[in-house]
Amino acid sequence: MTTTNILVCGIGGQGVMTATEILAEAAMSLGFDVKKTEVAGMSQRGGVVTSHLRFGATVLSPQIAPGEADLLVGFEAAEALRWSHMLRSGAHALVNSGRIVPPVVNSGLFDYPEDPVGRMAGLGVDVHAFDASAIASGLGNIRLGNTVMLGAMADHLSFPAEVLREAVLARFARKKPALLELNRQAFEAGRQAVAV
Amino acid sequence: MGEVATAAVAAAVVASRRFMSGNEAVARGAWEAGVRVAAAYPGTPSTEILEEMAAYPDLYTEWSINEKVSLEVALGASMVGARALCAMKHVGLNVASDALMTMTVTGVQGGLVIAVADDVGMSSSQNEQDSRFWGRFAHVPVLEPADSQEAYEMTRAAFELSEQHRVPVILRLTTRICHVKAVVHVGERVQLEPSGFEKDPRRWVMVPGNAKPRLPLMFEREAAVRATAESTPLNFEVDGSNRSTGFVASGPAFMHVREAFPDSPVFKLGLSCPLPLDALRRFAGTVARLVVVEETEDLVETELRAAGIDCVGKALLPRIGELSPEVLRKALLPAGAVAEEAASVPAQQVFPRPPTMCVACPHLGVYYTLSQMRNLIISGDIGCYTLGAGHPWNALDTCISMGASLGMALGMDKGRGEADASKKILAVIGDSTFMHMGMQGLLDITWNRGNVTVLLLDNRAVGMTGGQDNPGSGRDIHGEETPRVDFAKLCEALGVRPERIRVVDPYQLPVLFKALREETKVEEPSVIITDRPCVLIDDYTPTQPYRVREEACTGCGNCVDVGCPAIHVTRREQAVKPSGKTVDLAFVRIETSACTGCGLCVQPCAPEAIVHADPVFPINFSRG
Repeated sequence: MTTTNILVCGIGGQGVMTATEILAEAAMSLGFDVKKTEVAGMSQRGGVVTSHLRFGATVLSPQIAPGEADLLVGFEAAEALRWSHMLRSGAHALVNSGRIVPPVVNSGLFDYPEDPVGRMAGLGVDVHAFDASAIASGLGNIRLGNTVMLGAMADHLSFPAEVLREAVLARFARKKPALLELNRQAFEAGRQAVAV
Repeated sequence: MGEVATAAVAAAVVASRRFMSGNEAVARGAWEAGVRVAAAYPGTPSTEILEEMAAYPDLYTEWSINEKVSLEVALGASMVGARALCAMKHVGLNVASDALMTMTVTGVQGGLVIAVADDVGMSSSQNEQDSRFWGRFAHVPVLEPADSQEAYEMTRAAFELSEQHRVPVILRLTTRICHVKAVVHVGERVQLEPSGFEKDPRRWVMVPGNAKPRLPLMFEREAAVRATAESTPLNFEVDGSNRSTGFVASGPAFMHVREAFPDSPVFKLGLSCPLPLDALRRFAGTVARLVVVEETEDLVETELRAAGIDCVGKALLPRIGELSPEVLRKALLPAGAVAEEAASVPAQQVFPRPPTMCVACPHLGVYYTLSQMRNLIISGDIGCYTLGAGHPWNALDTCISMGASLGMALGMDKGRGEADASKKILAVIGDSTFMHMGMQGLLDITWNRGNVTVLLLDNRAVGMTGGQDNPGSGRDIHGEETPRVDFAKLCEALGVRPERIRVVDPYQLPVLFKALREETKVEEPSVIITDRPCVLIDDYTPTQPYRVREEACTGCGNCVDVGCPAIHVTRREQAVKPSGKTVDLAFVRIETSACTGCGLCVQPCAPEAIVHADPVFPINFSRG
């Protein structure tokens, strides 16, 4: 079988790496060979984070080449635009339309793009945008944002959505059982947000 | 019965199948190999090796104060016959090299492995170095894993090799090994009892009379390791149908070659120093063209050519930064052969996101204050506070190596001429960097009567690598209480007069400003210690957040100059002052959900537009 390439992007602190890790665990539970790599740099300091996930029968290089991502998951609108060139022609992008504006924009050195999602669509990307931050806040906790994003991915994968949901819930059952029900809701809300 | 046994085997296989980063795999391999002592100084991308090891039972682990000490701790453990690991980033081995260059002469007793992680691509480092040079320089073997499974296996193999030849072994990692997660099949730990220290001055006391007879032994050992390299399964060939080009590759480059050129034969180097020249010569004879793919410098290529084996490498491939299948295809395939589908969506220009300091970071107060002062030369150091060189503070003038701020400041003071006569010279250094290699610089300043003010930013953690403990935090690697360094006393002991040592709260801007003004005026060594904890560690307590009263904000932008990521500009305007001068206005809001109430932005706000807000559930941008 061929290798599936998923690129998850956002900024440090949003849970990009954790979300990709859960996705990787789901792929591993199906017996795939899996490799995951980050280009994070000093991401803990508000920098750009991209997490590459590749799974299949055998995965060699961990990096996804430009133009070879089967799915782009953007945790932040401008970041999704930044990494659009990684997508295979005609592939999907799932984008949180919520914005995180860095100090270099606040201080007037650079501009935030006016309509990042619109620009992606204009480039021919099949983009599904929704406000994951608002959904998470609506559920009472902005930190649920990455579970919302995972839910949004669930019906865009080469394996059943239930496998990913189990991986998400298993992690919370293990680490934060008190948050299990909330995450179940966040996952479903993410799924609904991009349901076609 | 048979079914039960099969099920048990299947269960064991599932249980042994883990998803591990290269760093986790090294830790697992070392633990399984029976390591008794493991030591490191944190440094990206190697930090997690020791963090992982510290979680395993039945061994001693420590954060050392620097890499040289960590290597000496490992050597001591080896001398008593224990297996020992030390881990560091590439520049760490520069620091530890003094010990390395002589321990290669003594050799080791218990297996000793140095895991050194090259930050290829420089995600968080001041330079890019190829640590494989140390193998040549110190005549020690170098192993280069290509993924997590190999990192695990080669760590175990490294201990065997180390004891087989009584030699320290370098396990050379790169960012793309350390921080890639992949499937690893793990095993069990072996329990080993240290053989005990054997007094043997001719081996362990390296005075010239003892060391000279050992030099030939070192070269004999190198020849023996080379023979091992010729036959070890760590070096192997991957067959390929297209023999027009054959590859020699090591480390992550091997995976890139396999991905980009699946039909080409590859000689995979696992034990890459010393090179298995005979095996490589045989391989070269089976292919029309030999291409060497290595990160980052042309070591293997140069050695092959010196041995009369024709090859090509860096004439086609980049000598800096990371390789990837894409880089290889572009460099090695004829123009036009690379599929143009990659360009289906052109790359988009989007603003940069340089790393920022955290919301409420105590360094914000320091750099805001420094940015308001004139006539300073600020000699900088390595840590989060290096970010002070950037926007909006622009208040750090140098960054070279760990602890260098102090020596360089002294040199600036002693070397300055008329052009800098009126300048005040500051050195800025963090607590951990000070203990790593900065204390000696301060001693040199006091001893030689330098006119330097040292700003010692004590945030009780190694902040940049994730808030690890150090002697200033009063906790060890397990978080257990341990003697805590008193920086004021330490500086006094190093010769700074007690009246020239001040401890100030970096959130109290007027106090900090006054201390800086006064101490830079005094023409003798002085130290200002800031004493508030890193916001990433448990010592930090968030307080009530702030908000902006929109109606009161005059758009002066003073608070933006603090550089806190929780302050956002909502709109910009231009206004004409009574003097006729046009000024830019920036009206702001505070992301109250991110604010932890440090109050730094409140202080420069003239119209008192910033007031306490009701706390909301915090978005914590600063935690990973």
